[in-house]
Amino acid sequence: MAQCKNLTKTDKAKVRPINRATGMIHSFETFGALDGPGVRFVVFFEGCPLRCAYCHNRDMLDMKNYLKMSPKALIEEVHKYKAYFGKSGGVTVSGGDPVFQPKFLVEFLKLCKKEGIHVALDTSLFTSEKVIESVLPYTDLFMISLKHFDSDTHKCMTGVPNERILSNVRFLSRALSASDASNKKVAQQKRGAKSRTKIRFRYVVMPGVTDTKENLHALVEFLHEVKFELIELLPYHTYGVYKWKKLGLKYRLKDMKPPTPKSIQKIKKMLEKEGFKVLLTE
Amino acid sequence: MAKLLPHRGFKKGKWQTSIDVRDFILKNYTSYSGDESFLEKPTRKTVKVWGKTKQLLNREFKKGGVLGVDTKTASTITSHKPGYIDKTNESIVGVQTDKPLVRGLKPGGGIRLAEKTCELLGHKPDPKLHDIFTKYVTTHNDSVFDIYSSWDEFRTPAGKFFRSEGIITGLPDNYSRGRIIGDYRRVALYGLDKLIAERQADEARICGAYMNEENLNKRVEFHRQIKALKDMKEMAASYGHDIGRPAGDVREAIQWIYFAYLAAVKEQDGAAMSMGRIDAFIDIYAERDLKSGKYSEKEVQQFVDDFVIKLRIVRHLRHPEYDALFAGDPTWVTCVLGGMRAVGGAGGRGGKAGRHMVTKTAYRLLHTLTNLGPAPEPNLTVLWADKLPEAFKKYSSKVAVASSSLQFENDDLMRKYHGDDYGIACCVSAMTIGEEMQFFGARCNLPKLLLLLINGGRNELTGDLVVDGLKPLKNRKVLEYKEVSERFYKLMDWLAKKYVETMNVIHYMHDRHHYENSQMALHDPEIHRFMAFGMAGMSIVADSLSAMKHAKVRPVYDKRGIAVDFKITGAYPAFGNDDKRVDNIAIELCKKFTTALKKYPTYRGAEHSLSLLTITANVVYGKYTGATPDGRKAHEPFAPGANPMHNRDTKGALASLNSIAKLPYAYCRDGISNTFSIAPQTLGKTSEMRTDNLANMLDGYFENGGHHINVNVLDRETLEDAMKNPEKYPQLTIRVSGYAVNFIKLTKEQQKEVISRTFHKKFY
Repeated sequence: MAQCKNLTKTDKAKVRPINRATGMIHSFETFGALDGPGVRFVVFFEGCPLRCAYCHNRDMLDMKNYLKMSPKALIEEVHKYKAYFGKSGGVTVSGGDPVFQPKFLVEFLKLCKKEGIHVALDTSLFTSEKVIESVLPYTDLFMISLKHFDSDTHKCMTGVPNERILSNVRFLSRALSASDASNKKVAQQKRGAKSRTKIRFRYVVMPGVTDTKENLHALVEFLHEVKFELIELLPYHTYGVYKWKKLGLKYRLKDMKPPTPKSIQKIKKMLEKEGFKVLLTE
Repeated sequence: MAKLLPHRGFKKGKWQTSIDVRDFILKNYTSYSGDESFLEKPTRKTVKVWGKTKQLLNREFKKGGVLGVDTKTASTITSHKPGYIDKTNESIVGVQTDKPLVRGLKPGGGIRLAEKTCELLGHKPDPKLHDIFTKYVTTHNDSVFDIYSSWDEFRTPAGKFFRSEGIITGLPDNYSRGRIIGDYRRVALYGLDKLIAERQADEARICGAYMNEENLNKRVEFHRQIKALKDMKEMAASYGHDIGRPAGDVREAIQWIYFAYLAAVKEQDGAAMSMGRIDAFIDIYAERDLKSGKYSEKEVQQFVDDFVIKLRIVRHLRHPEYDALFAGDPTWVTCVLGGMRAVGGAGGRGGKAGRHMVTKTAYRLLHTLTNLGPAPEPNLTVLWADKLPEAFKKYSSKVAVASSSLQFENDDLMRKYHGDDYGIACCVSAMTIGEEMQFFGARCNLPKLLLLLINGGRNELTGDLVVDGLKPLKNRKVLEYKEVSERFYKLMDWLAKKYVETMNVIHYMHDRHHYENSQMALHDPEIHRFMAFGMAGMSIVADSLSAMKHAKVRPVYDKRGIAVDFKITGAYPAFGNDDKRVDNIAIELCKKFTTALKKYPTYRGAEHSLSLLTITANVVYGKYTGATPDGRKAHEPFAPGANPMHNRDTKGALASLNSIAKLPYAYCRDGISNTFSIAPQTLGKTSEMRTDNLANMLDGYFENGGHHINVNVLDRETLEDAMKNPEKYPQLTIRVSGYAVNFIKLTKEQQKEVISRTFHKKFY
């Protein structure tokens, strides 16, 4: 792909995560109504193992602009907004990618769980199985961003290949099925066993890149392999481009246009025909 | 056929032996916890009536906002012959003059202003009226200005009227005060004959009492009230209805309520002429008629729709200056819906929440926004409570998302003070129906007061001396938080005295020369009065003080030594980010100002109350205020009501809501107005999610102590397009501070200001 030539250092992935007990927090969105179910407090972690060419939070990746916060300080911030969560909302941990700060992440998730706050993890799942196992007991919803099914293109668009991500999704799906089975037993003995952890996929529709026949075909095949609640289609947009400019970085996809509503609807219908639940902004 | 008794089938109670509408409602209402699926579409007749009305509204808009003025008649309850929109099809009748949308002249507030308005609109005022209201009748306006001109306290050291300095503005000294809610339901429940007899008995009791000033006042007022009730009966008779007797069915109940309200808006043109609380009351009649088969759901909805059409065309004659303050021709026919019953406490005050008071008629009233399309009036206000049924929370949220025509207020908060039979006058002023009223007092410009202090008592724009003997600040180079805040609170005291005294003058004169006869006739003989003060620009002063405390603020002085700009070094926490470093300053401002006002006794012993509400005047306030120490430039608009300054709330919508929710209602008993705008795509991905998210947001905001919120779910792009192509958006409605307006009726300036406000927006 043309976009993959002449990559600069800033386009290359930074794979090694940061393992500290204190978090590096980029910012909050106190009213998140688009990142998971209900009204959500969204906390953006600084840092990400990927370098997506179309990243709309490019300003969160360079470990330069962040607040240092302990898990306790962060949960105290969450407390201010608990009244708004109702039955459906909660906290969404996003970024960047929260799995880039696994140690802090787990500690924060534990605090949320202790207070019965619903937690959604917005991640690429480019991490280790060990990290997945560590966050699993405290996470209610995984929102996993599937980027591309051709590993070379994946590497071009995100800086990393896709094998690890796909195998992690399979791993997570198996782990959830296993825990579901054991939960069922518990549920039979005791009513009201905890609701099971769910998976949602998020898929950015980029004309000519992710909406090709081959890629959509691979997507469908993969979706049939795993258990998940729904897939969210995110039309590629350019609202984050100004952040690249502000940082003095070159935006590689400057010629890419958002998909037409018609083409998005077509993909939605196709996925629904396959029996999947699809979420798309009305 | 035997005549049906009007109260057949109703449960007995105290309401039968004394005037007690609350008791009637509580004994008889049927709460409804279901969803909106029972609602009906408009009938063919309603569609016809609304069609004709829309044509009239369109003609009115094309004529520049006023369809016609009756310049020959001083409008009273009985001054006009009956008028109709579509006589054969309307099920609820009555208009203010003899033609819909033709405005009546009410010179009792002030003849000069009324005449000036006529002339500006291209009408020649009748010389006979001029004679009457200058030679034989003293108007409210004239009597107040007589006092102003002979009162030294009301002059500045430079000899000007204090009112022209722009520190206390919008006072009802040349227009009618409004914000009084008659208990219009009494006419339906008891009929006028009974109400007249009751008031005559009240009068007789007073006649037997010692004739001191207080009792004389009462006698005069009772006498005028009785006359108004008789006039009301005569007016209704001209439409062929005998409202001397109680209403016999739901159609009559609505019609009787409307006649009582119509009398008020024929007689008075107060700023806000609100409807009060009628949902559960009307519903009792609707339930009885539905059960007996007298009317179908479709017919009940028709009566509600036709009633609402009438409320949408209430008009008053307004001077263009007034329009600039209260834009878009609002009338504030505020109607509250829902809420909870209060159990325990006197009249339910301070009591616990009991059974909810949502009825099918609350749904029917909300449904008019679907049947007739969005509109600013009546000002539908949902009384939100934690324990309201989920279905009603969802439905009202759904209507808000679709129409941007609703406001929501915290019933759990207000019920403590006002029981479960209160209404809202204007935007946020709670009062128990028939028991409480208020003396409306607009608002003062708080940032301007801060600038007076910084400029040694001089007006920052004109340079004129306004406060005598105010020493210059010790540190003029850098504004020091401690010095400025301490001295600011002292100056607040100076303002409080002037404000209370001016209000005393105005309301003394209003009672004498422009008394609300028919509305006060629909109150108890003994009433509780509030005196409602207001402050504008709270967030500017809070941010200014925060800037002085947490950053460095250097004034830039001109040749006259007046600070014309402020240089801020460093960042400061701004109101609207749920940051206690500044939110506590905002709380203190509210507490200190109310405390200062309470030091000065009021006319008729009214209870002082304070609002954070600007209406659309935030634009005008900004225009006449120099640069402020928070970094706001000269002439830039203020934030509306209690809102944070535009785009300074950077932590998202909930942080902004939390800051406002912290403001103490106990010190702001006249209401804390918050205008919230969000793009639909930001509120949620699907319409169902948007509805749910809004409902959850409202639950959280009110649980955290918020008092009021206007909800706009709109795109900035839509508004921009409506500015360019108004003809495409005849019914586009948006909420501004405390009421709703037709967006296309705002001035360009106001439209721009609305568009520049914080729109909570986010994309994915």
